[in-house]
Amino acid sequence: MLSMALFTIGIVGVLTRRNAIIIFMCIELMLNAVNLLLVAFSKMHHLQLLSTNAAAGSEGQLFVFFIMVVAAAEVAVGLAIIVMMYRNIHSVDINFLNRLKN
Amino acid sequence: MSITQILFWVLTAMAIGSSLMMITRKNPVYSVLWLIMTFFAISGHYLLMNAQFLFIVNLIVYTGAIMVLFLYVLMLIDLRHDTEPRKNKWLKFAGAVAGGCLLLVIVAALKDSDIKSNVVQTGEGDIGLIANLGKALFNEYVVPFEISSILFLSAMVGAVVIGKKE
Repeated sequence: MLSMALFTIGIVGVLTRRNAIIIFMCIELMLNAVNLLLVAFSKMHHLQLLSTNAAAGSEGQLFVFFIMVVAAAEVAVGLAIIVMMYRNIHSVDINFLNRLKN
Repeated sequence: MSITQILFWVLTAMAIGSSLMMITRKNPVYSVLWLIMTFFAISGHYLLMNAQFLFIVNLIVYTGAIMVLFLYVLMLIDLRHDTEPRKNKWLKFAGAVAGGCLLLVIVAALKDSDIKSNVVQTGEGDIGLIANLGKALFNEYVVPFEISSILFLSAMVGAVVIGKKE
C-alpha cells in the first residue's frame, strides 16, 4: 500500500512537464519517489530474510544513498546549465529551445 | 487503527497534496516551498520505516542543500517580469490524461502481484541505523563510494566551467 501511494507521487511528477525550472523540480520529485519505493522494498526484503541473513536488505538503502549522491551532482550541473541558458537568451522557457541550431 | 497507520496516512496525504500544490503553482518560489514540504513528508516516511540514516541524509541533502540551491538560482534569475506565456489548455489537459493513464496502468499491474501479502516492517529492525549501513558501505561498497566521489569532483568542475562567464 505504501508503494501505491508513492508511485502516485512519482506519476504526478511525470505528468507535470510545464515550462521553466519546475521541470527540474519534478525530476527531483520522481527521484524521491523511487527512493522511497526502494526503502520500502528493502524493509520488506529484510523482514522476509531475517532468519537467514541479518543484514538482508541493506543494499536497497545503500542504493538510495548513491541515488542521492548522483542527484546532488546532477542538480549542480543542471542548475549551472539553466543559469547559462538564462544568461544567453534571458528566459527559462523551454519553448525557446526547441531547435538546437543557433 | 494504530498510531503508525495514522501517521502513515497523514504523511501520505501531506506528500501527495503538497506535490499537487507544487505542480499547480504559477510562481516558482511557492513551487519550491511546496516541494520542501513534500520532502519533509518523505523524510517522515523514512523515519516511520526506521531508516534513520536515510532520514537524516534526506533532510540534510534534499531540503537543506538542493532546495537552497534552487532558491538561490531563482533569486539569481529574475522571474518577475516574464510571467510565463499562456500555454495551450489542451496541452495541459493531454498531459494530465497521459499521467492518469500511466498511473492506471501501474496500479493495474501491481494490483494482482504478491506485494500485498508482504508487509513493510515499521518501527523496528536495525538495518537502517548508521552503524549497520556504514559497515555495509565500507566493506562491500568501497569502490562505488570512491567512484561517486570522483563523480562529485567532475560535477563540481563541470558546473564551474559551465557557469563561468566566457
